[in-house]
Amino acid sequence: MINLQNVTKIYPARARSKEKVALDNVSFKIEKPEFVSIVGKSGSGKTTLLKLILGEEKPTQGRVFFDGQDVHRLKKSQLPFLRKRIGTVFQDYKLFPNKTAYENVAYVMEVTGKTNEEIKRDVPQVLGIVGLTDHANNFPDELSGGERQRVAFARALIHRPDVILADEPTGNLDPYNSFEIIRLLIKIYELGTIVVLSTHDKEVINALGKRVITLEDGKVIRDEERGRFIL
Amino acid sequence: MLTLIKRIIKVAWLDFSRNLGLSVATVFIMTMVVLLISLLFLLNPIAKVLISDIEEKIDVSVYFKKDTAPEDIFQLKDQVSKLPDIKRVEYVSREQALESFVEKHKNEQTMLDALNEVGDNPFLASLNIKAKEAAQYEQVAQFLEKEEFKDLIEKVDYYQRKPLIDKVFSTISWVNTTGIFASIILGMIAFLVAFNAIKLAIYNSSDEIKTMRLVGATNWFVRGPFLIQGIVVGLFATVIALLITFGFCLTFSAKVQSIISDVNLTEIFISNLWLIILIQLAAGVGLGVISSAIAIRKFLNV
Repeated sequence: MINLQNVTKIYPARARSKEKVALDNVSFKIEKPEFVSIVGKSGSGKTTLLKLILGEEKPTQGRVFFDGQDVHRLKKSQLPFLRKRIGTVFQDYKLFPNKTAYENVAYVMEVTGKTNEEIKRDVPQVLGIVGLTDHANNFPDELSGGERQRVAFARALIHRPDVILADEPTGNLDPYNSFEIIRLLIKIYELGTIVVLSTHDKEVINALGKRVITLEDGKVIRDEERGRFIL
Repeated sequence: MLTLIKRIIKVAWLDFSRNLGLSVATVFIMTMVVLLISLLFLLNPIAKVLISDIEEKIDVSVYFKKDTAPEDIFQLKDQVSKLPDIKRVEYVSREQALESFVEKHKNEQTMLDALNEVGDNPFLASLNIKAKEAAQYEQVAQFLEKEEFKDLIEKVDYYQRKPLIDKVFSTISWVNTTGIFASIILGMIAFLVAFNAIKLAIYNSSDEIKTMRLVGATNWFVRGPFLIQGIVVGLFATVIALLITFGFCLTFSAKVQSIISDVNLTEIFISNLWLIILIQLAAGVGLGVISSAIAIRKFLNV
């Protein structure tokens, strides 16, 4: 389903910064269904890797395939159709500031062409799952960091995508909510969805016992089927 | 498709109403732009009336000898009327000229006494010739210098008035050219101001636009609400500008008419109402939509 072939991503030098090698000759495959954790220090290339899969960034070298299609050879008009199959929890949430929690989640269903009845049925359900029923009509600036993260999570899975890309989804959550989110991700994975989780959370990784790809300075240094978080 | 359109309109209205400060500012700027364009449009008939008034005052007079028969004068009048670009030829008889003089100087006893002293009617019959272009007067003067008219005509006052006639027409031409040029420049400035206002409003949403693309929205799903907002801003601006324009015409109509009697602002407004509405809609809504479409293109490149 997801196939990276010799992918290198170099951010060009700017006025006050040098050239940055974010990913260096990275190759791996993810088949359906898999639960893959991407671990590494800050700046090791985890977020860049997820951006390449989503088509938000282009590789400097190498190719990224999603379900057999080269993501970066697709026309701009075809990218939305790929992205509708992916649910993304962004590290900075990327919630719409002028939409309520309900509207943020409903937006993805509108984009995927769901009917109003389906939206009215599913959105409250998903908000209930992430524990935000009482905050459905709040705007993001009225929510805590953890609540915003849960809205972002709800938005990522509302449309039942083939792949969930989660960039630090538990970063702002307390242990109880972190556990709930990971439990949900596992459930989604068990229903047949590929989950790609980027995280620092050692406890989560070690508890999962699933595939772990470890990045260091943009290179894959470990790719283990039943991996552990090793410092 | 209908659901999609309804969703786009709903998103557009929610964005417009939830960003009220920015929306109001954009509507205000657009209203100024529409008002400027309306003003340029309204100035046009006023300028035409003013220019026409000035042109009316320019003419060439042909004075006939005392013994020239009226039939000969009328025959010449017909010939002159058929010359190209002649607006009007008016015949003033000796009696009419005398009456006109007496009426004009009725409160000046000195002038009337002087006339009585002369005894006989000293005034000559004349033709007042008005042409459409300054160049035409020269041709009229040359026509009247023909041998066949020498026995009829006492004097043609063109050459005395030529410097003034040339100056007036050249000034009118300059005013017309400058007016067109100024309108174009102002129009361009107005467009740029409106475009930048809308661009700023859309720039404010650049991160949101990017996120919409990342969660799978197509370009039209992203673009649609902004185009609708452009229309909404344009419509609000048009309504406000129309009300202000009408208020302005009502308030200043009497004052303007006291200075330029042929110009009734309210009448001009009402008689051109549909055209004004069309121009304001085209300016407001057109600018709103075009500016939105151009401004958003940059942010759809995700």
